[in-house]
Amino acid sequence: MSVRRLMAVTKKELLHIVRDVRSLALALALPLVMLLLFGYALTLDVDRIPTYVYDQDHTPESRELIDQFRGSRYFQLREAINNYKTAERGIDKSAILLSIVVPRYYSRHLLSGDEADVQLLVDGSDSNTASIALGYADAVIESYSAQLRSNAQVRRGGQPMRVPVDPRIRVWYNSDLKSKNFIVPGLIAVTMMIIASMLSSLTIAREWENGTMEQLLSTPVRPGELVLGKLLAYFALGLADMAISIIVGVFIFQVPFRGNAGFLLFTSCLFLFGALSWGIFLSATARTQLMAFQMGMLSSFLPGYLLSGFIYSIHNMPRIIQIVSYIVPARYFVTILNGVFLKGVGYRILWLEVLMLAIYAGLVFWGASRKMRLKVA
Amino acid sequence: MRERLLCIIRKEFRQAFREPRMRSMLFIPPLVQLFVFGFAVNLDVDHATLAWMDGDRSYQSRELLAAFQGSGRFEVVAEPANDREVQQLLDASRADLVVRVLPGFERDLARGRSTSVQVLINGTNSNTASIVSSYASSIITDFASQVMQERNRELLSARQVAAPVSFHVPQLKLQSRVWFNPDLLSRNYFVPGIVVNIIMLITLMLTAMAIVREKEIGTMEQLMVTPIRPIELMLGKTLPFALVGLVDTVLVIIAALLLFHVPFRGSVLLLFFCAVLFLMTSLGAGIFISTISQTQQQAMMTTFLFFQPCFLLSGFAFPVRNMPDSVQYLTYLDPVRYFMEIVRGVFLKGSGVSVLWPQMLALAIFGVVILTLSSLRFRKRLD
Repeated sequence: MSVRRLMAVTKKELLHIVRDVRSLALALALPLVMLLLFGYALTLDVDRIPTYVYDQDHTPESRELIDQFRGSRYFQLREAINNYKTAERGIDKSAILLSIVVPRYYSRHLLSGDEADVQLLVDGSDSNTASIALGYADAVIESYSAQLRSNAQVRRGGQPMRVPVDPRIRVWYNSDLKSKNFIVPGLIAVTMMIIASMLSSLTIAREWENGTMEQLLSTPVRPGELVLGKLLAYFALGLADMAISIIVGVFIFQVPFRGNAGFLLFTSCLFLFGALSWGIFLSATARTQLMAFQMGMLSSFLPGYLLSGFIYSIHNMPRIIQIVSYIVPARYFVTILNGVFLKGVGYRILWLEVLMLAIYAGLVFWGASRKMRLKVA
Repeated sequence: MRERLLCIIRKEFRQAFREPRMRSMLFIPPLVQLFVFGFAVNLDVDHATLAWMDGDRSYQSRELLAAFQGSGRFEVVAEPANDREVQQLLDASRADLVVRVLPGFERDLARGRSTSVQVLINGTNSNTASIVSSYASSIITDFASQVMQERNRELLSARQVAAPVSFHVPQLKLQSRVWFNPDLLSRNYFVPGIVVNIIMLITLMLTAMAIVREKEIGTMEQLMVTPIRPIELMLGKTLPFALVGLVDTVLVIIAALLLFHVPFRGSVLLLFFCAVLFLMTSLGAGIFISTISQTQQQAMMTTFLFFQPCFLLSGFAFPVRNMPDSVQYLTYLDPVRYFMEIVRGVFLKGSGVSVLWPQMLALAIFGVVILTLSSLRFRKRLD
């Protein structure tokens, strides 16, 4: 392998990149757009749940109960309704997510010391939002119920009744439970995976399609040098993207960064190398750009999004899919990024992930060069 | 006119289906997507991993553990003995939560003193964490109210028939009824959304790439010297992909029903009609992208930059309701949002025209405007 030839290929490829201003701009804009979208707009955090109230009881007690919901920042009481039909209509049109119904005789049950029912109608179609909303409603009712019990005890002249066991919950790493804090680091991995394979998957297919591959082959460049040269050019672009993402994440979105920057740089390079090699491997396999792109999307976009544990936890997937996820490099990188950003851990905990990334990068690069050599021969 | 149109449609079909690999690319990705989405996209927390740290080792603490295990939502994976092990479990994400019962738990309960159970939650994934936290706190509260009832019963029997009525304590009970998706399966919510994803991606990308390829390879000039008129060329280029998109839709719906047993409560005809309405938008956008791109790489990246925000803002994975208000207004400009609402309404709620007409109207307006504008631009480009 000659450094001079390698550099020549890299230089040629860099010229390609710089000359196509629009593609370059798009490549740099894409991570920004994604980060801004996710950082500002997209969240799984549920609050201001639109709610109707159907109070059949109309007593001071029922109004007090409703005030509990009004006081919670998770619920936004839209209007008081007076029949089930309106609630159904509201849920059908997705105007509301849930509807609280206080049955008639609620206060009578309550005052006589019986169990008083509170009904909740929930639109379950979005199961995640629904189960979080249910959890909130449950908490509101529980704490109000405990307060009522203790008041009743005091009224009877007894001591305030204490709750025998009280759950004391502490959340580590992301104590405000902001989805932004775990989405932004994960997103960096996913975007890089997509960009890397999109950038590099076309590079060799384009040479085949435009017929310039023959010209390249007539030069003394060897297949391995071609692959590595092209890879290095896109590596520079990928690192720029990575830097943009990290800077935006830390400075604009204020995602905590608790780990070691050197460790992050090293693992990023490993990951980028593997992802770019994969793109080149595809590019060497496919003859047309459309094919290469389709294959790139299918093998990087979907797994990157879905099987990396970025949003959807791998632990909940069926066994077989969990096994498949072991060959998705983004999975390891997402774990590493979450660890470095939120937990501040390093090699000691993440050595296995780093090792897997290294193995992946090595294997895929070897595969790409081999494929190239076979194609050329 | 019809003859020329048929000619170009035939050419386009032949080009798309000639290569076996390309042929499979038209139909396999939708199905793969469906599989992956159906199985992997899951925000439900079924088996949260729990580390149990029991400092009391008593009858009551075992009861609490049994309550966690019996809920079916937690799986005990470790029993750390000290704080260092707890730290390690959470650092390596081997446990979603650590429940810690302090020494003296049973004694405090027996004496009627109030005690606490510590729960440490791995908050890295805030969504899982908040679900896990609400499960855990409801289990502990249930346990507490059981203990309290037992204690009341004991007091009651101790005092004999002193004043039994006064031991009724007011208690609220939440009765929730969940509509449309009573088991709260996220699969039922996500799978219908994939239909939208697939129609959009297939039609948008294939159209844009097909036209730009002719430009890049230089065959566009050859097409232009034939008597084909621009409008015929455009129709000929788009209709085959529209057809492929519709066939893919049927394929995906059938698979969704058979494989994932997603409920389908509405009308198939309505869904199809809306799919056609939506096709006007996505084909129009594809044509537009083709007019502003010179190479396939540009077309592809532009497609991606257009598709990605549209899709993310449509409410597919991230509910529109959770977005900031300004962004919520922005989503009204996103045609995908309306189609997403229609598809989910038809699948899960069985909604009909009476509920969905605003969305249908919006789709029709978007479709007509986008398709007209981009055809005009396409024509001007060719002249």
